[in-house]
Amino acid sequence: MKVNEIVIPLEAEVVVDGNMSEQTLKGGYSGDLLSDCIANAGEGSVWVTIHSHPNIVAVAVLVGILCIVITNFQEIDPQTVEKARKERVTLLRTPLTSYQAVAVLAGRGIPGTKKHV
Amino acid sequence: MSGEQPFIEIKRSIAGGDFAIAGNISSETKTILQQTGLPPVFIRRVVIACYEAEMNVVIHAYRGTFTTQIYSDRILVVVDDEGPGIPDVSLAFQEGYSTAPPHIREMGFGAGYGLSNMKKCSNQIAVDTRVGEGTRVTMVFYLNSSP
Ligand SMILES: Nc1ncnc2c1ncn2[C@@H]1O[C@H](COP(=O)(O)OP(=O)(O)OP(=O)(O)O)[C@@H](O)[C@H]1O
Ligand SMILES: [Mg+2]
Repeated sequence: MKVNEIVIPLEAEVVVDGNMSEQTLKGGYSGDLLSDCIANAGEGSVWVTIHSHPNIVAVAVLVGILCIVITNFQEIDPQTVEKARKERVTLLRTPLTSYQAVAVLAGRGIPGTKKHV
Repeated sequence: MSGEQPFIEIKRSIAGGDFAIAGNISSETKTILQQTGLPPVFIRRVVIACYEAEMNVVIHAYRGTFTTQIYSDRILVVVDDEGPGIPDVSLAFQEGYSTAPPHIREMGFGAGYGLSNMKKCSNQIAVDTRVGEGTRVTMVFYLNSSP
């Protein structure tokens, strides 16, 4: 599934389009501990999180996460937006909770993947 | 590790407390490793360990230097900081142990997994620390051996 196909189901606002129509999702990860995300999320993932500070983009780049879904309609730091643009990471913002967002993504057939360090 | 010269050496400074650029050194390292054509699985473990080491300086120390040396058979990473040091290193390696303050935890740091991630990802890790002075983390990653 391409990243642009999850925008409407997530009722999301596209904050940064990191070339969504070309980004193919291989799996998903959800969590708010950065050390857990970097160790367990896989390349080509969508990441569902409550965080919106710039370091989430650093983590995404290192793991190869294509799209970050920021839940609960959190305010997003302008530095996060700038960094995501530069790194071509897609940023979506949804009013859904993290659980609701994961349920939507899982319902669309995006598997939960787990890497191990 | 005698007088042999690395074929690439990258040296960067890390600013404690600067979260906007935190992780940039690890990203740059990832790009360089990708350009050298190393296997993705190997790059992944080096990069995870680099990120954790870089973030520990940003979060827990005042400033530091990050040095990566690429040899034909291994990568050596040395992260040196001026900071409070670690009073009990074996406790610090325990998963879940963290002294990160509340405002840092709110950002999703402070799970207490960093050092244990570094240990899992590297073939060798050494932590030399002096309380009140600073910490040096040295990690070695061998290309053809899993950790
Ligand atoms: N460079 C450092 N200088 C001073 N103290 C450190 C340093 N690195 C680690 N520590 C100490 O060791 C503890 C454990 O470090 P570790 O990286 O495992 O977890 P953390 O940084 O607290 O949380 P996480 O890495 O999961 O975000 C830290 O909370 C801190 O007390
Ligand atoms: Mg840490």
